[in-house]
Amino acid sequence: MKKFLGFVRKEFHHIFRDRRTLLILFGMPVVQLLLFGYVIVNDLRNARIAVLDLASDQVSREITGKIISSGFFRLVTYLESERDIHEVLKQGQVREVIIFEKDFARKLQSDGRAAVQVIADASEPNTARMMVNYTQGILMSYTLERNRNLPQAAAIIPEVRMEYNPELKGVYMFVPGIIAMLLTLICTLLTSIAITREKELGTMEVLLVSPLRPVQIILGKVTPYLLLSLLNAMVILLMANLVFGVPVVGSVVLLLAMTMLYILTALSLGILISSLTGSQQVAMMISMVGLLLPTILLSGFIYPIENMPLWLQAICHVMPPKYFITIMKDIMLMGNGLMYFWKEAVVLLFMTAVFIILSVKKFKIRLS
Amino acid sequence: MEDISIQICGIGKSWGKVRALHDIRLEIGKGELFGLIGPDGAGKTTLIRILASLLLPGSGTASVEGYDVVKDYRKIRDITAYMPGRFSLYQDLTVAENLSFFATIFGTTLKENYHLIRDIYVQLEAFSNRPAGKLSGGMKQKLALCCALIHQPQVLLLDEPTTGVDAISRAEFWEMLRRLKTQGITILVSTAYMDEAALCDRIALIQEGSILKTDIPSAIPGDYPRRLYAISAKQMYRLLKDLQQMPAVFTAYLSGQHIHFSLNPDFPEPGLIAMLLEKSGHEGIQIREVVPGIEDSFIALMKGESV
Repeated sequence: MKKFLGFVRKEFHHIFRDRRTLLILFGMPVVQLLLFGYVIVNDLRNARIAVLDLASDQVSREITGKIISSGFFRLVTYLESERDIHEVLKQGQVREVIIFEKDFARKLQSDGRAAVQVIADASEPNTARMMVNYTQGILMSYTLERNRNLPQAAAIIPEVRMEYNPELKGVYMFVPGIIAMLLTLICTLLTSIAITREKELGTMEVLLVSPLRPVQIILGKVTPYLLLSLLNAMVILLMANLVFGVPVVGSVVLLLAMTMLYILTALSLGILISSLTGSQQVAMMISMVGLLLPTILLSGFIYPIENMPLWLQAICHVMPPKYFITIMKDIMLMGNGLMYFWKEAVVLLFMTAVFIILSVKKFKIRLS
Repeated sequence: MEDISIQICGIGKSWGKVRALHDIRLEIGKGELFGLIGPDGAGKTTLIRILASLLLPGSGTASVEGYDVVKDYRKIRDITAYMPGRFSLYQDLTVAENLSFFATIFGTTLKENYHLIRDIYVQLEAFSNRPAGKLSGGMKQKLALCCALIHQPQVLLLDEPTTGVDAISRAEFWEMLRRLKTQGITILVSTAYMDEAALCDRIALIQEGSILKTDIPSAIPGDYPRRLYAISAKQMYRLLKDLQQMPAVFTAYLSGQHIHFSLNPDFPEPGLIAMLLEKSGHEGIQIREVVPGIEDSFIALMKGESV
């Protein structure tokens, strides 16, 4: 035990004396969270629009006012004629143009219908779709309000409620993903580098001829990263809560327990990588290319897995972060208990066991 | 030999088609300071790693203090200390941290075994808070030796400990080994420096994976087959070329400030050589007969002569 503690202390020395490791450990979580939280936002805010009001009556002005005051849109300019529409869109001054037809109020009054044309810049399809949806929503609610006192014609009006994330905030979705990504990166990348570094520097030779058991060497390498990763996960959760208001609906204890499980999975994968490779370079390449990108792309972190082709979905199912992100969302956003995601937890446990068995088998008690 | 510490019986090792070691047989007594002398690539590192239980032998068996290097590897790792040729301590840890780390993993403390390393460590104590990576080459080797000795090993395996270390530190290092020997530790040290051979109790000359000769250092050149001469002149390089082309000359090679050469049996007189050289324009020729050293024997052995 004393030997083991001595080894752990040595590892902490390595970590705290290496600026690069420290930066990855403590700088990256903060930067990543802020970047993802602020930059990759799917919410619509202050989209630039122009209005071509050919009617210029009370109703068209009312609707324009509602659109602008919604907070989703910002009115850049009123257009004078239809000729200007393409000009402002092309120049990128606005992303959407709203056109009210002539005699808007009168037609609405007499015919019961009047036309609004919405032209969106669809060079960014997602944003365009969102802008159009929001515009339609505002028009719809205006119509409903206006018709409130009239005898209702038969109509089916869906009443939509966005459960678990009522405001559809993107950051809710990213926080579980970021935690998964960072844990994968820190646990897998840093441990695999830490072990291969000993091989490269030749110190592994000295460790091997010492009475230390392979288990002690591996656990000694892993323990500091386990503790620091857990600390990191807590920092991310706290920051997500304080800066972006991301709630933890479910049990925090359960969340931490599941985080711990995932950390173990990632660490055992890191050990496996390091026992298969001899150089830091290779270990880093495998961790980065083989893990980081799939974690972002194939784990359901940003892009839903259901929309992928089948063969890609099959790959997704062997990515550990996928299961962890599902669990995180369950606990954080839906407040679910273990009975809702025990399958995912079992998968992670199974993966961890496989990684550990493989790495113990592959750990060389001798050189070459 | 009364007590055997290291016994090597017919050890062989190949890397693919390259034969690194071939049928090595050695016995090293307890408390002996044994030198493994040979050029780079002779197989010294491979042999030491096999003894340290870091490599599996391809054939044959070996034991250290009676423990088999394959079966009882765990026991061997307890009682031996191994110092790899490359500096293998943690560069980002300080001198003191390295020492206490190695003491801890061997289940001891710096305090407990300080007496073992005191002589060496006093020279390092002033730098105890300096990262090991910032020490000089000689200091690094002293630290590595301290780390190797901290758990009171019975056998010390040193792989080229003085390579890349300045002459004074080399001398100091050997002085330390002599002192360790008095504590009864068996020491196997490999080196490419011929002058270090004389400092060992016994040496084995190793070349291309085979042991050429094993004996006490002073006995090895004893039966050198020819008379050996040292020659110097103003233009040493041209002198060497000219000598090597003379039919009368058996071998000629640089040795320190001189060229050592010996003659074919039919030409017993070096005076004739001097005359020939003077004719071809050499100036300041000085020839004297010398007593063959280990290096001379080694060169003869490498040429396949029996010495």
